[in-house]
This record gives sequence, structure tokens and C-alpha cells, in this order.
Amino acid sequence: MVTIFFFIFAVTALVSAVLMITYKNPVYSALFLILTFFSLAGMYFLLEAQFIAIVQIIVYAGAIMVLFLFVMMLLNLRQETRLPIGRPFQVALGSIFALILLIQLFFIVKVGLTVSKFGAFPPEKINKIGSVQVIGGELFTNYLFPFEAASILLLVGIIGAIILGRKKLPNEM
Amino acid sequence: MEQAGYAFVDILIVLAKVIVVIGINLLMVMILTLGERRIAGFIQDRYGPNRVGPQGMLQPVADGVKFFFKEEVIPSKAEKVIYVLAPALVLGPALLTFAVIPFGGPLSVVGKEIQLQIAELNVGILYIFALLSLSVYGLVLGGWASNSKYPLMGGLRSAAQMVSYEISMGLAVIGIIMITGSLRLSDVVMHQNELLFGFLPHWNIFLQPLGFIIFIVAAYAETNRVPFDLPEAEPELVGGYHTEYSSMKFASFMMGEYIALITSSALMTTLYFGGWDFPYVDESSLGIWGVLLSIIAFAVKTGFFLFLYLWVRWTLPRFRYDQLMGLGWKVMIPLALFNIIITGVVMSLL
Amino acid sequence: MGVKNVTHKSRWIERFYIPAILSGLKITLKHMFQKKYTVQYPEEKWPVPPGHRGAIRLNKDEEGRVKCVACEMCATACPAKCISMEAGVAPWDDREKYPVWFKIDMLRCILCGMCEEACPEDAIQLTEIYDFSTYTRADLIWEKERLLKNYDITVDGKYFDRSREETGL
Repeated sequence: MVTIFFFIFAVTALVSAVLMITYKNPVYSALFLILTFFSLAGMYFLLEAQFIAIVQIIVYAGAIMVLFLFVMMLLNLRQETRLPIGRPFQVALGSIFALILLIQLFFIVKVGLTVSKFGAFPPEKINKIGSVQVIGGELFTNYLFPFEAASILLLVGIIGAIILGRKKLPNEM
Repeated sequence: MEQAGYAFVDILIVLAKVIVVIGINLLMVMILTLGERRIAGFIQDRYGPNRVGPQGMLQPVADGVKFFFKEEVIPSKAEKVIYVLAPALVLGPALLTFAVIPFGGPLSVVGKEIQLQIAELNVGILYIFALLSLSVYGLVLGGWASNSKYPLMGGLRSAAQMVSYEISMGLAVIGIIMITGSLRLSDVVMHQNELLFGFLPHWNIFLQPLGFIIFIVAAYAETNRVPFDLPEAEPELVGGYHTEYSSMKFASFMMGEYIALITSSALMTTLYFGGWDFPYVDESSLGIWGVLLSIIAFAVKTGFFLFLYLWVRWTLPRFRYDQLMGLGWKVMIPLALFNIIITGVVMSLL
Repeated sequence: MGVKNVTHKSRWIERFYIPAILSGLKITLKHMFQKKYTVQYPEEKWPVPPGHRGAIRLNKDEEGRVKCVACEMCATACPAKCISMEAGVAPWDDREKYPVWFKIDMLRCILCGMCEEACPEDAIQLTEIYDFSTYTRADLIWEKERLLKNYDITVDGKYFDRSREETGL
């Protein structure tokens, strides 16, 4: 059962990811990206990580992609504006990086880093406590510093946005 | 995820619950379309539609038949696929949201305990927010795919509005999550099932009055209802995002909207007014009558909030767009944060 | 110059808006239970004020005979030329002529009341009937019978109490 669902989600995620890159119309691209997010959320559900799954949908599909679509519609990007492919050395650089990434991926699969190992929180334990409690507990104890650092980063972002977006004072005009 | 232990009966029960809930939702949509017009009439010293059937009861049926037989117009320059997809994207999430709302006390039939709730999800509240945040897609894409200026404006407005008010709504509910200590909606209801200070029902409205006000305002904005119905403001946008839609596609938009009303009313009931709890009565000691009582209590409370939606619609004028955004970002979000702080302080003191 | 800046300083309680919203809700709730102004049309009819110029009737005298003497004053006065009739020798002793047939084309009639003014016998009058629409154009060309029936249903001033079957309209 889980395997079947895994393959459904995996295939959907991959196909929609490819379609997202290849589609000409940016709005369709955005929609395929949303579909990818959904498949990922489905995978998280299969891994018994409901919280991550739901947050994936709320944050990525629900908030970020809405803003993406919003901007696209404001700019009215109905047809793709085809950019000329860059200079030869850019193409070469891009290909090299792509190759490196591919080799890395290959090694990860080969070495078997992705083979699941149960850590301190196997699904049974998470289900007993509730995934939200587990994540909350970890965030506010072991990972407090990274958490706070991320909050400060976001705060800086918000302040930056306000400064960019505010009305100019009379003496700055 | 292990489904092997699932007996045939269990699947049957779930199926029955799904059918009943969707059926009641659709029935309520019919009642609401009539109710909206009748209540509009009564508030304006008129009768409203009262000709089709006794007291106009069959008006929704007539409307439905009309929708079915109307010509389906797809604008020639519309983005066909998305244009057709958009009504489904409105109706789908709206119908799915009700799945986690408990609509009655636990029912035990021949030694089998049945939860009157389709899906017992341990992230129930977040699930609702996820679907709420998805419901904006239908409006935005419908507005964009019509390839016409008024729908586009409506779509853009709804996107901005719903993203803004989602934040204060989420922050308002955090107060409830803090008090309950759980994201399960059934836990939220059970937690409100006692008495506060021995005489008040232990409903969250008495513990979180500010949170409730923020929640109800945000809910009105999320469902695009007056006074926040800017996405479909007819004086300036003709019909907003559904201007170019006709026939059953338009009806799907309408149905999606009304189902969102029902869901958010049910959510207000569940989160702040004790869900299916009938105050001063211990439902579990009454057996089957207790279950019936709990369902009736839930229906009455939800019905009241639905009525409130209609009542407010014909009372308040519409906000201006900058007022709407100002209210959302400069008033609601700070208030919601303040509410969280107060809740935290009180909880740590007790 | 002539601009006067008006500012409203709201009290602190007004700035919460909730009391204002509640008082608004109270008003609409009150209206919900108030008397309705709707006139339920086919069953109930709005009574027009006296002097209303509605559909035309032909009056009858005390013995129930048509009052008209077929002088054609009304047809002459009619600006829309909608009245036509044929005069014949009256079967009664007290007058010489009477209309053999009398026809008003209500499609052309502009309800001006000139016929009423012109009539020396007070035989043609405008009534309070305002809802005489029909499904065919032919039904709006009224013969003498119809015009006399209008007299029957309006003479006692109870037209608005009569049912559809009774008025035939």
C-alpha cells in the first residue's frame, strides 16, 4: 500500500517538476510547481510526518506560490519571453555544475545515505507524542540557537521590506 | 498507514459519514441561497422570493435547474484548461475542509464506538488552514484565466486579501492551541466540555474573547463576505473573479463560497463555542439521546453563525481596499500577537 | 478659499467599531420583524389615488343600458384616434342613437382622458384599472362588452378587492 502510494507521489513529483521547467507559460509552470509540492507533502504523509506535510502545503503551496502567481499576474506574463541562451562559457559553466550535481546524486544513492535509519524518533514514538510536540520540543531545546537565528533573519527581511515599501519622508525627496 | 486491519464495516462507516456530510453541506448550500435572499428581503422590509413552492422553498431547485440549462460560455481568449479547472479548485478544498470537524459526540452502536467526524487527524487545525490557503487558487486562477480585466482585478484582490488575513486568523487560533495543548479538533471540543468557575460553560469564547473577534473578522475576509467582499465588489468589478463564468461553472463558484461559509461557521462553533457541547448537560450519560442532543447543539450553533453571516451582509457597507489592508496588517496582526502574549502570561501565572 | 476642512475626532470607544457594528445589527434585526411594505401583487393590488387615469369604461344608466349616444365626440377628441364606433337607431324611446358597436384600441390609447372631457353624456370614463396587460395584441382591442364590464367591476369602487376571475384581467 505504502509502496504504491510512494510511486504515485514520486512519479507525479518528477513529471510535474519536469513539466514545470519545460512549460512555456509561467502560470502553468507555477501550477506544476504546486503539484510537485503536493506530491512532496504526500511523501511526508507516508513518512508519518504529518506536521511537515501540512506545513509544506501551508507555506509553499498556500503562501509562497500564491505570491508568485500574484506577481506573475501583475506583470501579465502570458507568453514566455524567450531569453537568448548565454555566452559559450556560461553554457560550459552550467554544464559543469550540472554534471557535478549529477555525480553527487549518483554517489549518494550508491553509498546509500538515503537508506532510512531510525533515529531517536521512530514513527511509533512520534505518533504517541504527536509530531507537533516532538518538533516543538526539539526546536526549543536542542535547536534553540538555529531557530532564533532564523527568526532574526526573517525579522531583518521584514524590516527591509518595510524600509523599501514605506513612504518617503519629505526631507528625503 | 497499515490498512490491513481495516474491516469492511469500518470502510462502510467512513463512506456513510462522507456521504452524509457532503449531502448535508450541499443541502445547506441550497438553504443558504434561499436564506440569503429571504433574509435580505426581511431586513429591507420586503418578503424576498416566496413564489416557488410554499414560502419559496423550491426556489433553490428552480435556480439549480436554471443553472443546468444555461448556455455554457467560454470566452474565446480564455486560458481554457485553467478556466475549466478553476471552479473545481474552489469547490474541492471547500468540500474537503469539513472532514476534520467533529459534528457530534461519540456514538456507540453494538459495542462499536463511532466518532462523528470523518477524519481524526492529529494536525486537524493545520489541515484546515492548509485547505483555506488553497482555496485562494480557484479565485486567482479563475480571475486570470478569464483573460478579462475585471476578473483579473478580482483575482488579484482575493489573493492579497486572503494571504493577509490568513496570518491573523492563524495567530488568533494559536491562543486556542495554547489553551488546549492539541491540534486535534476533537480534543479542542472535549476541552470545552466542562464548566468554568462552576457556572459558565468552559467555552473558549470566555477565555479568548479577543481571539474570537480577530478570528471572526479574519473568517469574514477569508470567505470574501461583506464587509470584505472586495474580490467580487459589484459596483466596481462587475462580478469580480467570476464575471466571465456562466452556467454550472458559475454555480460551482457559488457553491464553493457557500460551503466555505458553512465550514467557517462550523469552525467558529468548534473552536470558540464548545463544538457539539450542550452546556450543563453530560452528553455521554444520555446514550443515544446525548448524541442526538450534541448534533442538534452543533447544528444550532453553526446555524446561528450562518445567520450572522447573512445578517452582517445586509447590515454593513463594504470596506475600501486600503482600509481592508490597513485593518489586516496594522490592527489585526498586532492584536493577534497581543492576544498570544496575554494568553501566555495568564497561562504561566495560573 | 472656500474650502473648509472638517475633521471628526472620534472618541476612544468609537475607535473599536464593535459597538457601532452591534447597533447596526440591532437596527437590521428590528427591521426583520417589522411590517413589510411589499404588495403581493396578483393577490393584493396597490390602490391608486382617486383621479387616476386607467383603463376606459363605458357607463350604464339606471336601467343598465349603455349611456353612450354615439355622438362621436370622443372619437373626435381622441388624439390617438383609438376610438371607433358605428351609430345605429336606438331601440329605446328616450334617445335617437346608440352605438351598434364600440371599439377602443387600447394598444393606441394613451390614457389622456380627452374622451372623458369631451363626452356630453358622461358615458365614457377612465377608471382605476391599471393592470390590463394581455398575452396577445388582439385581446387589447376592447369591444363594447368589455368596456361595459369595466363599468360593472369598477362602479362600486371595489375593483381592487375583486379576484382575477371576476375582473377577467
